[in-house]
Amino acid sequence: MTTGTDAREATALAAQPAAVALRHVSKHYVRGGQEVPVLTDIDFDIAQGDFLAMMGPSGSGKSTLLNLIAGIDKPSSGQIIVDGIDIALLTEGDLADWRAQHVGFIFQFYNLMPVLTAYENVELPLMLTSLGKRERREHAEMALGMVGLQDRMTHYPNELSGGQQQRVAIARALVTDPTLIVADEPTGDLDRKSAGEVLDLLDRLNGDLGKTIVMVTHDARAADRAHAIRHLEKGELSALETKP
Amino acid sequence: MLAFLLKMAFKNALRHRLRAILTLAGLTVAILAYGLLSTFVSAWYAGADAASDKRLVTRSAISLVFALPISYRDRIRAVDGVTSVSWSNWFGGVYIDERNFFPQFAVDMPTYLPLYSEFVITPEERAALLHDRRGCVVGAKLAARFGWKLGDTIPMKGTIYPGTWPLTIRAIYHGRDERTNEDQMLFHWDYLNERIKQIYPKRGDSAGVFVVGLKDASEAALVSERIDSQFRNSLAETLTETEKAFQLSFVAMTDTIILAIKVVSYVVILIIMAVMANTMAMAARERTAEYATLKALGFGPPIVGWLILFESILVCLIGGGFGILLTFPLVRVIGHALSSVLPTFNMGEHTSLEQAIASVLVALVAAAIPAWRSMQVRIVEGLRAVA
Amino acid sequence: MRLTGIPIHYAWRNLLTRRLTTLLTAGGMALVVFVFATVLMMRAGLEQTLKSTGLPENVVAIRKGAQTEVQSGVSRPEAAIIESDRNVALDGLGRRLVSKESVVLISLNKRRTGQPSNVVVRGTTPVGLALRPQVVLESGRMFRPGTSEIIVGHAIADGFSGVQIGSTLRFARRDWLVVGIFDAGKTGFSSEVWGDAEQMMQAFRRSNFSAVIFQMQAPQAFDELKARLEGDQRLTTEFKRETQFYEDQSHAMSTFISVLGLVLSMVFSIGAIIGAMITMYAAVANRVGEIGTLRALGFRRKSILVAFLGESLLLSLLGGIIGLVLASFMQLFTVSTMNFQTFSELAFSFTLTPGIVIASLLFALVMGFTGGFLPAVQAARLKIVDSLRAG
Repeated sequence: MTTGTDAREATALAAQPAAVALRHVSKHYVRGGQEVPVLTDIDFDIAQGDFLAMMGPSGSGKSTLLNLIAGIDKPSSGQIIVDGIDIALLTEGDLADWRAQHVGFIFQFYNLMPVLTAYENVELPLMLTSLGKRERREHAEMALGMVGLQDRMTHYPNELSGGQQQRVAIARALVTDPTLIVADEPTGDLDRKSAGEVLDLLDRLNGDLGKTIVMVTHDARAADRAHAIRHLEKGELSALETKP
Repeated sequence: MLAFLLKMAFKNALRHRLRAILTLAGLTVAILAYGLLSTFVSAWYAGADAASDKRLVTRSAISLVFALPISYRDRIRAVDGVTSVSWSNWFGGVYIDERNFFPQFAVDMPTYLPLYSEFVITPEERAALLHDRRGCVVGAKLAARFGWKLGDTIPMKGTIYPGTWPLTIRAIYHGRDERTNEDQMLFHWDYLNERIKQIYPKRGDSAGVFVVGLKDASEAALVSERIDSQFRNSLAETLTETEKAFQLSFVAMTDTIILAIKVVSYVVILIIMAVMANTMAMAARERTAEYATLKALGFGPPIVGWLILFESILVCLIGGGFGILLTFPLVRVIGHALSSVLPTFNMGEHTSLEQAIASVLVALVAAAIPAWRSMQVRIVEGLRAVA
Repeated sequence: MRLTGIPIHYAWRNLLTRRLTTLLTAGGMALVVFVFATVLMMRAGLEQTLKSTGLPENVVAIRKGAQTEVQSGVSRPEAAIIESDRNVALDGLGRRLVSKESVVLISLNKRRTGQPSNVVVRGTTPVGLALRPQVVLESGRMFRPGTSEIIVGHAIADGFSGVQIGSTLRFARRDWLVVGIFDAGKTGFSSEVWGDAEQMMQAFRRSNFSAVIFQMQAPQAFDELKARLEGDQRLTTEFKRETQFYEDQSHAMSTFISVLGLVLSMVFSIGAIIGAMITMYAAVANRVGEIGTLRALGFRRKSILVAFLGESLLLSLLGGIIGLVLASFMQLFTVSTMNFQTFSELAFSFTLTPGIVIASLLFALVMGFTGGFLPAVQAARLKIVDSLRAG
C-alpha cells in the first residue's frame, strides 16, 4: 500500500540506514494448548534519530512489541535487525550483553533499586562495562548533570519525588550512551508538571543528542512530542501518523 | 463470626503453599527435637525411677570402691524391720569389646531373686539357674541385642576380677513393667568368690553392696539408721539408703550434663519461635493493605489481631501435632539404637503435654508483635502500603 | 563473557531494610551456631584437660584390664620389680624417679548444689610431686610425709564445701588437715586430693598400691620397655605413657559430647535453614520487579543468583558471628561433672580455639547456602517480561 505518508517514509528509509528494522515479526503465547496471537506480521522500520510513539487500546500488543525491540523478549517468528544484527537470533547471554551496550530503559514506575542512592542507580549499568571506578564516576555524574540532579546524587529513591525519580531513571538510561532508548509509559505515573519536565528531557535527548527513542504511551501530550505515531490494534499495525 | 475468622485464618495460612509447607516442616522438626531431648533426660533418670523405695542398699561409708565383709550379712539380717538380705558385687567385665557394655553383677541368687520380684523368670529356668554354679540370667533386651539363647556360654573377660569367666545362660528374665531394666546379667556370687579366693585370698568373702528387704517401706530411714549404727566405729563403716536414693546419687553427679541438655531443648523452641515470628511478621506486612481494607469496612482492630493470632495458632498446632505424633515411633527407633547406653528409653508422662504447650507458646509469641502492629495501622496509610 | 556482579552493598542494604526479619532469621542461626560452638568448646576443654594431664616421658603402670587407677591393684613385689627396671630415670641424687601411689574415691558435697560427688584421693610421695611439674602449690604448703595432712586441687577448693586451708576432712575414720591448695592448670589433677601414700594405705587398710608412676630414662625406648615388662611373667601389669593413659580416660565422655552435640546441631540447623529459606523466598517475591529491571539492564541470570545467594550468606555470617560471641561467654564457666569411665569428679572448661571459630563460621555459611540456594535459583529463573509485569 502506498499512500502519501508511506511514500515519505520510504524516502526517509532510502536516505539513512534503519536503526531498527522489523521483518514479518509475529508473537503468540500458548495457553491451555491453544495458540493466542499477540502480534501478527509486523513489518516496519525505525530510522536513526527517530522519535516514535506507539499507541493503541489495551491488549493491542504495543507493550509486547516494545519488549521485542528492546530485546527482553523474543519473537515467535520474524527478524528484528538492530544496527545490522538480527537480535532474534542471539542467545540469551549475548542478548543480555547486547542490551547492556545498546539499549536504555525508562519504565512507568521508574524501577529504581530502592536500596541504592540516585548516583548508585545511575552507575548500575556501568558495572556491566569494563570501566574503572573513576571513569564510572565521570559518566554517572555527567548523566545526572544532564537531567539536572547532581545535587541529589546521594538521595535514596524514597527521598525523591516521582518526577525526580523518573529523571534519575533517564540518567540511568543514558549513562552507557546507548543507540536506542525504550520508554514504556514514561509519564504514566506523573503529575502534569513533572510529566512536562520529563518530556522536555526526552526532546533534548532526541534533538540534541540524536538518540533514537521508541515510546509506548496513552498520554496524548506525550505522543504529541514524538515525530511519528504508530497505532496498533489487535496485534496489527493500523496506521502511521507523521508530524509535518 | 468465630467460624468466619477461623476460616479466613485457615485460608490465609495456606496462601503461600511453599511457605506454609516450610513453616510446618520447621515446627515439626523443632517439636520433635524437643520431645526427643525430654525423653533423653527422663531416660537418664530411668534407673532411679525404676529403683525401689522398698529396698535398701548398704555400702561402705568410706568409698564406693570398697567392699564389705560378708560376715555383715547375719548382723544386718538381725536388725529390726529387715525381712531379707542379699548382696551383689559389680563385676565390670567386658564381652568381646568394651563398646558392648552392659552391667554384670555377681549376686547371691537364692536371696537376690526374691528381692527383685520385677525380674520375671519361669520356674523351670529359675531351677536350672540355681542348679548351675556357672549359670547366669540375662535380661530379655540384652539377650535380644546379642542374639543370645538359653544354653549359650558367654565368655566374659574380667577387669576387676581378672581372667576369663565362662557363664552359661540358664534363664532369661522379662521386666514386669516397661520401666524395668532388662539390660543386666546376673551370675552366682559363690562362683566368683570361689575363684577369687584361689588367686587373691584376701579379696574373697566380701560383698560390694548389701541389698536389704524391708518389712514396712515407711520405715526406710529408720531401718537404715539402725543398720548403720551396727557398724559405726568398726573397720568398715556402712552407709545405708533406699535404692532410689542410691541410684539418684549417681545421676546427680552428671547433673551438669542433664542441665545442659534441658537448656538445649529450650533453645530449639527459641529457634523455631524466631522462625515463626519472622514468618508471621512477613505475612502480616504483606497484607497491610487488606487489613486496612477490613478496618475501612468496619471491622474493628481486634478482629485483625484475632486473624493473625488464629493463623499462628493453626499453623503451630498442625506442625506441632505432626511433631508430637512422630515422637512416638522415633523414640522406639532411637531406643533400639541407644540400648547399650540407655537401657530404658521411654517417653516421660508429661512429654506430649509439654510439646503441646510449647507449640501454643510459639504461636502466641510469634503472633504478638505482628498482631499488635497490624492493629495499630491507620486505615489510610494501610491502603497505600506497598509491601 | 565476564561474570559481572551486582555490587555487594545491594545485598547488605536489603538486609538492613527489613530489620526485624533479618534479626529474627540471623537470630535463629545464631542460636544454632551457639550450640554447635559450645559443644566443640566443651570437647576441646575436655581434651585439653585430660591431654595435658600427663607427660610423655612418664609411664603409668596399672593392673592389666583395669581401666583406671581406682580399679587397679599392684602388689609390693611387683612394684619393686618395676622400680628396678633399667629404663627408670634417676634424679640428681641418684634416687629412682618412681612413685608408688594409692588411689581411692571418696564422697564430698558440692558447694553449689550440696549434692555428693565422687572425688579422687591420691596417696602419693614427694617423687610423685616431682614427676608432675604441671602441679604447683598455690597457697599453703606441701603435706608432710608420714602425717594426716593433705592438699587439695584448685577445682576441689572452688567447687566443694569444707575444704579451705585449715579445715579438716573426715574419711577412713581419720581427720585429715588441709594444709595447701595446688594449681594444676587445666589438668585432671586439679580435681584431686593428695596425701601421703603410706598413710592412705594404712587408713584404707590396703596392702597393694593402685598404680606405679615413673619417669623414663630414655623416653624414646617406651615400646621396648612395654614389651619387656609386659612380657615379664612375674607381673600382671600393663604400661601406658601417662599422656595416653589420660587420653583413654576421656574417650567415652569425649565421644558422648561429640555425638550428642553434633546430632543436636544438625537437627537444629534444619530449623535455621528453613527460616533462611522462608526469608529468602519472601525477599525474592518482594523484589520481582527489581530482578526484572536488573535483567533488562543486562545483568545475567548468574549475577542474580549470586546476588541472592550472597544475601543469604551475609545473613548467615551475621548469625554465625552473633552465635560465636554468645558462645565465647561460655568460657567464663566451668563444667563440673562425673567422668563416665572413671566414675570420678572431673572439672573442665570451655575452650575457644581458632579452629572452632572457623568451623562455626563455616557451619553458618553452609546453613546460609543451603537455605538460600533454592530461592536464589528461583530468582535467576524468572522471565524478564513476567517479572517486569508483576513488579
